[in-house]
Amino acid sequence: MSIFEYNGSAVVAMVGKNCFAIASDRRLGVQLQTVATDFQRAFKIHDKLYIGLSGLATDAQTLYQRLVFRHKLYQLREERDMKPQTFASLVSALLYEKRFGPYFCQPVIAGLGDNDEPFICTMDCLGAKELAKDFVVSGTASESLYGACESMYKPGMEPEELFETISQALLASVDRDCLSGWGGYVLLVTPTEVQERVLKGRMD
Amino acid sequence: MGDSQYSFSLTTFSPSGKLVQIEHALTAVGSGQTSLGIKAANGVVIATEKKLPSILVDETSVQKIQTLTPNIGVVYSGMGPDFRVLVRKSRKQAQQYYRLYKETIPVTQLVRETAAVMQEFTQSGGVRPFGVSLLIAGYDDNGPQLYQVDPSGSYFSWKASAMGKNVSNAKTFLEKRYTEDMELDDAIHTAILTLKEGYEGQISSNNIEIGVIRSDREFKVLSPAEIKDFLEEVE
Repeated sequence: MSIFEYNGSAVVAMVGKNCFAIASDRRLGVQLQTVATDFQRAFKIHDKLYIGLSGLATDAQTLYQRLVFRHKLYQLREERDMKPQTFASLVSALLYEKRFGPYFCQPVIAGLGDNDEPFICTMDCLGAKELAKDFVVSGTASESLYGACESMYKPGMEPEELFETISQALLASVDRDCLSGWGGYVLLVTPTEVQERVLKGRMD
Repeated sequence: MGDSQYSFSLTTFSPSGKLVQIEHALTAVGSGQTSLGIKAANGVVIATEKKLPSILVDETSVQKIQTLTPNIGVVYSGMGPDFRVLVRKSRKQAQQYYRLYKETIPVTQLVRETAAVMQEFTQSGGVRPFGVSLLIAGYDDNGPQLYQVDPSGSYFSWKASAMGKNVSNAKTFLEKRYTEDMELDDAIHTAILTLKEGYEGQISSNNIEIGVIRSDREFKVLSPAEIKDFLEEVE
């Protein structure tokens, strides 16, 4: 059994028109047993930058705490928020520091950069960045997510449509994965507001 | 170093609350060759005298103005060797920042880190403060910036400043001549005139050095031919 499949997870981010959405499942398991159905995997770094962390839950939490720490110090020193691209480079560097004893996490980073341009990327547990223009996925349900996103995604979606698409893609994919699911959590970010919604899916 | 009798800090407080070593370092700076900087509306210029001890010295090998990053340059007054050490450290810090964030370091951050290095040397065992004051000129997303960093590690942002031998006359001259919306070329002329004020002897394109950064964000040290053109415009 792989360490990445110990807790089970599904995270996806998609780009829309001047907006992005990041979604995750809510199951926390210990192998086959479900232990929590309200586990948070997508976190806020600042108003226009979010990170989703799939993989081992303890590493996801610790990594998130470390990143918030680094970002807060950056904000104090530089008197500005980190751009998403800069943050992605920071996460990559932090993960590679642990090259021979890594964090068992695959981050998904989504943010609005200069001129509120949406930015998404993912990386493996060692920090190899993968930029994308449309969507990024990670977690135990990633293969299903790739398929669902590829077929459901279209470029330039407005926020409402983007929300529908990402929700459907997430719910459809986690239904094919026994280790993730038990509902969904979607964050839709536009330059002016953030919408958080909890999805009800198959509770199994 | 730990067992040595001299591993206590040389910068210990005097009863009057001063750090005497830093005062002496500032004296070393004050007897160094004059350097100055002017922040214009669309760029920054820094300049210094380049008086060489003898005519036999190959003046092309001496470069007092250095580049820290493609968009940040620095000039000094004081001890040349101390300056070289600081330039090396600053360049390394700038590159470490880039490695971490894949973003070029903002001018304020580089100034802050360089100043922190200089402060370390006022509070460590067995070392002495740096005998240089730096004028750091850069252009980043916050526009043109000019900072002075002292041996104590304190830093100030200036619209125009001077350091070294002729500091008080130079500053008075700059105060009179500086205007908020100065163009960079005017600033270069003013810099040359300020240097000329206190210069003992004849100023020429071989015995001053000028560094310029414009809105293209590329720091450049002017060649003697370019300096000659500016000198002729000033005459």
